[in-house]
Amino acid sequence: MKLSIKDQVDVSSIRKQFPVLEQSINGKPLIYLDNAATTQKPLAVINEINRYYTEDNSNIHRGMHALAERATAAYENTRKSVARFINANESEEIIFTKGTTDSINLVAHSLGGSILKPGDEVLISCMEHHSNIVPWQIICKQAKAVLKIIPINKRGEILIEEFLNLLSERTKIISVVHISNTLGTVNPVKRIISEAHKRGAKVLIDGAQATPHHKIDVKSLNCDFYAFSGHKMYGPTGVGVLYGKRTLLEALPPYQGGGEMIKDVSFTQTSYNEIPYKFEAGTPNIAGVIGLNRAIEFIESIGLNQIRNHEKEILLRATTQLSEITGFQPMGTALEKASVISFNIEGVHPFDLGILLDAKSIAIRTGHHCTQPLMERFNVEGTARVSFAIYNTFEEVDQFVWTLCDLVKKLR
Amino acid sequence: MSIKMRQEEIIGEFKLLESDLEMSINYLIELGDQLTPFPENKKTDDFIVKGCQSKVWMFAEDKNQNVVYNADSNTVVTKGLVSLLVRVFSGHKAEEILNEEIYFPEKIGMSRFIGSQRSNGFSAMVKQMKLYALAINIKEKK
Ligand SMILES: Cc1ncc(COP(=O)(O)O)c(C=O)c1O
Repeated sequence: MKLSIKDQVDVSSIRKQFPVLEQSINGKPLIYLDNAATTQKPLAVINEINRYYTEDNSNIHRGMHALAERATAAYENTRKSVARFINANESEEIIFTKGTTDSINLVAHSLGGSILKPGDEVLISCMEHHSNIVPWQIICKQAKAVLKIIPINKRGEILIEEFLNLLSERTKIISVVHISNTLGTVNPVKRIISEAHKRGAKVLIDGAQATPHHKIDVKSLNCDFYAFSGHKMYGPTGVGVLYGKRTLLEALPPYQGGGEMIKDVSFTQTSYNEIPYKFEAGTPNIAGVIGLNRAIEFIESIGLNQIRNHEKEILLRATTQLSEITGFQPMGTALEKASVISFNIEGVHPFDLGILLDAKSIAIRTGHHCTQPLMERFNVEGTARVSFAIYNTFEEVDQFVWTLCDLVKKLR
Repeated sequence: MSIKMRQEEIIGEFKLLESDLEMSINYLIELGDQLTPFPENKKTDDFIVKGCQSKVWMFAEDKNQNVVYNADSNTVVTKGLVSLLVRVFSGHKAEEILNEEIYFPEKIGMSRFIGSQRSNGFSAMVKQMKLYALAINIKEKK
């Protein structure tokens, strides 16, 4: 693939680390623009999982043998890396989960279940992923609490004034997305957190789309909880993280019961383990957690600033070119935006675009992107969405836009 | 031509294009274009096929003891797919439609065009067509 001078050095060598990108489908080189759904995995991650099963496989925290020691050490090393990666105070504040969804469910169940009283309120925004809506609906129903929605403007930005108006003594929990997977909007979470704290409410941030693009500093954000997924940041599927402040995690009841999370069990009384183990019932995704460490190293080896700059240029180029297509209707034009473009093209159904682009070996996503209420807000059935990662090139953007123009001409 | 023969005809046509996904899809879109225009005033909830991710409208009429279908969709690919079903079923007796199995989608590798998730929507279309046939069948017997 030809690379422009600007990104030659980095991107071409980065791409070499992603074997999946080397393939052709239907005789055309794959162009992968569905990174908000999941990113591809670098060799370091793939090899590490292979190495773990080849050399170290064992259950952790239990055995007294060499394999168990090695597996446990590698697993716990990831915890330290994650703590450093998001600037947590200590690694005990890092809980491994199955993913963002699992992390949010944990907080909804353990925090929501213990503090929400009838009439209390939980605030989420209009742009949330279903995984940051449904767990709250479930817990609010159980607790007879009320779920309230923070509205957004036409650009897809949270209306801060409206948010402030919604805040009251009844507000107990606020859970908002850091970066919207559909709109790309980067929300002013620091402001939201500080306003919430003034009212004594706890805040969970859904960082699924933020960790691959932005430097996250949970201390500076001062959030109570932060959730994200390994697979959206070049790591394995089935592993995620919940960061929580120590005092909160210690006070919360466990989410699931089982092995690993207990200190002593008898039929009359069971005492729970310390954090983080209290929240890690059962044998975890050991290989996934260990692989995640390599993903973090991969990101750090390039640098989040570098990643952000590259993606910004890609976003700019794609946005500029797409805007020239007659009938291009972007959804999400926030001033602060990550490398995601959701759009419709007048007279063309996104479903058709997805299928025809796929036949040209260009992978995008179409539909509601697990944000149906947001689709309703913008009064559309769905959108086409392209989302970029560090390995995407300008040439891929050009090829995508060029192909799209061609298809649109044919379909209209 | 029987329902079975029409299915075989479709399988044969797609076999010619088999190696080329793009050409297959373009052909499908062309077939959709040739559908009898669907009356705009029938594009309502009453005629929508439930269970499809894209919108599909459909109705059936009894013409000289044969069921004649009319269908449309808001996406061109789905319109192509529903046109295949119209071609297979339209003009047959309700009884035949009720008794025949649809087997061509697998043979033409339909999941390549629409993804395996969407085949639910396709089944919903078939079901709706059979329901129309059933209704007409019952009316005829009365
Ligand atoms: C903003 C956002 N939140 C939550 C999720 C859910 O993540 P996961 O499916 O990894 O649990 C996603 C992933 O699609 C997302 O984009």
